[in-house]
Amino acid sequence: MAHFALAAVLPLVARRYGRAAFVVGALAPAATLVYTLARVGEAVGDAPPLETVAWAPAIGLEFTARFDELALLLILLVSGIGAVVLCYYARYAKVDDHRTTARDSALLVTFAGAMLGLVLADDVISLYLFWELTTVCSFLLVGGDGVAKRLRTSATQALLVTTLGGLAMLLGLILLGTAAGTMRISEILADPPSGGVVTAALLLILLGALTKSAQVPFHPWLPSAMVAPTPVSAYLHAAAMVKAGVYLVARFSPAFADHPAWWIPVVGCGLWTMLLGGFRALRQYDLKTLLAYGTISQLGFLMVMLGSGTWMSALAAGTLILAHGLFKSALFLTVGIIDKRAGTRDIRELSGLGRQWRVLTTLATLAAMSMAGLPPLLGFVGKEVALEALFGGGTIDVLVGIGVAVGSVLTVVYSLRFVRGAFGTKPDTAPAAPVACGRIMTGLVAVPSLAGLALAFVPGVIEPIEAGYADLYGSDPGYHLALWHGITPALLISAGIVVTGVLVHRYAGVQRLGGHVPEPLRAQTWYGRSVDGLEFLARGVTGRIQVGSLPVYLGVILTTLVVVPGAGLLAGGVEFGELRLFDNWLQVPITLLVLVAAATSLLARRRLTAVLLAGVVGYGIGAWFVVDGGADLALAQFLVETLTLVVFVFVIRRFPPRFAEDKAYVHGRWVKAAIAGVAGTFVAVLAVLYSGYTEGMPEASRQYIERAEDETGATNVVNAIIVDFRAFDTIGEITVLAVAATGAASLILARSRKRGRTDDRPDTADTGGAADGSATETPEVRS
Amino acid sequence: MDHRPDDARKPVPWTEWDTPRERWLMTEQDAYSWPRSMLLEVLARVLFPTVLVFSVYLLLAGHHNAGGGFSGGLVAALAFVLRYVAGGSAELAMMVRVRPPVVIGTGLAISVLTALAPVLFGEPVLASAMWKLHLPVLGELKITSNLALDLGVYLLIIGVVVDLLRTVGAGTEVGGPGVDDEELEEERG
Repeated sequence: MAHFALAAVLPLVARRYGRAAFVVGALAPAATLVYTLARVGEAVGDAPPLETVAWAPAIGLEFTARFDELALLLILLVSGIGAVVLCYYARYAKVDDHRTTARDSALLVTFAGAMLGLVLADDVISLYLFWELTTVCSFLLVGGDGVAKRLRTSATQALLVTTLGGLAMLLGLILLGTAAGTMRISEILADPPSGGVVTAALLLILLGALTKSAQVPFHPWLPSAMVAPTPVSAYLHAAAMVKAGVYLVARFSPAFADHPAWWIPVVGCGLWTMLLGGFRALRQYDLKTLLAYGTISQLGFLMVMLGSGTWMSALAAGTLILAHGLFKSALFLTVGIIDKRAGTRDIRELSGLGRQWRVLTTLATLAAMSMAGLPPLLGFVGKEVALEALFGGGTIDVLVGIGVAVGSVLTVVYSLRFVRGAFGTKPDTAPAAPVACGRIMTGLVAVPSLAGLALAFVPGVIEPIEAGYADLYGSDPGYHLALWHGITPALLISAGIVVTGVLVHRYAGVQRLGGHVPEPLRAQTWYGRSVDGLEFLARGVTGRIQVGSLPVYLGVILTTLVVVPGAGLLAGGVEFGELRLFDNWLQVPITLLVLVAAATSLLARRRLTAVLLAGVVGYGIGAWFVVDGGADLALAQFLVETLTLVVFVFVIRRFPPRFAEDKAYVHGRWVKAAIAGVAGTFVAVLAVLYSGYTEGMPEASRQYIERAEDETGATNVVNAIIVDFRAFDTIGEITVLAVAATGAASLILARSRKRGRTDDRPDTADTGGAADGSATETPEVRS
Repeated sequence: MDHRPDDARKPVPWTEWDTPRERWLMTEQDAYSWPRSMLLEVLARVLFPTVLVFSVYLLLAGHHNAGGGFSGGLVAALAFVLRYVAGGSAELAMMVRVRPPVVIGTGLAISVLTALAPVLFGEPVLASAMWKLHLPVLGELKITSNLALDLGVYLLIIGVVVDLLRTVGAGTEVGGPGVDDEELEEERG
């Protein structure tokens, strides 16, 4: 996981060397690529390497990495394109914007690491962790510096939709893991459980996959996320992150492809998505949004192939995953160049670029041809297999195949629209002013684009990987990837698709009609409504529950305390142990002191007196601890009591010195007294019961005492428990403490900041970040 | 500078080398917001380092005697409270050079990293290690990796309390940033 370490260092590099940070960052995926290529042989085999790191063995948490064919395929994609995109970003980024450089380079490298973890993870918990890590990276990368509202809205939408899916997926994974009795994915798949729970689990997991891969009806976040910098879009929203959902489906399909709850949603949503994505792409004028809808359409295609669940379709899916990653990243990088150099990516304003940038045009056309499924490119090879798989199957497969063919026609149309829109010369638009398109950036576009061309001629290089994955679905029917299979039905269908696509493109009237979806049917509208509804609900609930009255809160807490355990206590038989008056004569005066202080505090009319008397009670309890020999406990009690007193005194400075005496206050007094009295009695009874019940020392305590010396080297058992035996609790507690303190500080300071602003004193309101506080300001002298 | 020969030949400034570089007590000009007690201020300053040293002792002694990161941190924090009670927020501002949230974060980071460190050595999270050192004068010294966890707790507690002083303390102070004096007068009636 060198990625994360490198990501941590990158901001420093960026601060000093600027854009070079991206190149440094590219080293990580490049190294991964080389290392993976060196180990290809191990993955393609019967027993993929398995590595386990124990995370918390006591509760069965561990991180297991399993390096099989599917993982290999995605690693090649993620690291290869990652390296290209990072190098590209080094030229794309603004020279002097070191903040953005630092943030984006670190995030991209972190993201690449998370993707690697995701595809390697073999247990559901780490799968989920890496899954959400990619979501968070995407949120931060789309949000950018968070200044523009459009950035924030898009980033939030992407986060909300994918996190909704992610949480559903977590639930599904846990249900599935529980049903199978193991959290290892490979073991779940080897022996898939069945039953009603599994159906629910599969649907939940699918929700995660479909939201992540922007399937209908969750797709609108992807086009909105196109506000991110183009390299980010190229990597996250075309090549890598959106493939996570596809990966998840690919991972679970071998075991569940026959399950109706699995393949019906996958194929259904996939087909719908493919058609809708292609349809919407026809109307886009922004090149990037056009590509985004194209991505949605292609992801739908991948889902369909994975959901079909045969050897052939799995082979097609594997090939298409690779092909799509290559051509889509090449196209996005091309759009980045156009946007950067020509100043716009609106196809109504672009004209004549093809004549200027011949090399780039050729490369982009190759990529677009691959997208449209034209020979001799990898996209064609993949589509051939797909058509072969679907039209060679049963009735349902053929129906799906027809849908895919229609989707492919749309793909051809929007591919043509892309190429002509970006590079064509339009008679009514002024040709673009001549600018250089940049050799290095063009060279980087060439890498994925030409890879798509080269691999089509030697598909034998990648075939073992995909065939290895496809073998999970059944035996090899003897099919091989190739450009030319002879005149087969698939080839004829392909040709038909291309011809229809070109005709549709020529017939402009259809295009004008295409891509229009009425407002109420759009998923974006529904997203907006559901978010508004949620906010309304949240406001309503908060308004009812959080009434803002401390006595009410306290009353509710105390009543719950009495009612819930009290009911349990009454239900079970209660026996009092033997009671002793006192163990030690010193206890008597201390007890008397505490009792007197407690009684007096009830009579106190001044707040300060009451607080001090409560302090006496606290110190008295500390004294008890001393008498009973609990030195650590006593020390902590005294210190905390002192601190509490001080804080109390701070706060009551703001209150009137005496308790209020008016009617409204006296009115509720008896209810309060009753609740307080009952709660106090209950706690006292509970304490007596508890001390009566413990016979000698519990087993845990005895173990602690026995082991403290040997295992932790501590003779102070209390300390050994805090920092060793129960160290996890300690960490949790201090985290809560830190969060609570920060929250309280923010709330109090927010008050002053707001006032500073209304007083029209921006200098005090806006100085410094979160740590700016009263300590650095001179308090005003009171008039 | 001092080690250069021509500097060394200069007469030692007998009357100046021990001039205090900063004021030891706040003067009338310094802003403060409540009646001051000279006795308390001086006492707080004298006690301050001693209490801090004692808190470090508690932190280290926690392994064998009463104490530990929590108690140690609280004692150190109370030293700051003492200074604040004596001199108000201006006094606090004079002595606290590090922003309290930074201290909180550092403490939390130390603890969490201590918890994660064993993973690097192939041990489960939160495993502890122990080293024994033989020091010439002090005799045998036992150090466990958990001391770092305790140190994190210690720092965090100090940070939390100082942050509390900064906000609850100074924030509710008369004339403080969070306080509207007129409103306060109204509240008090």
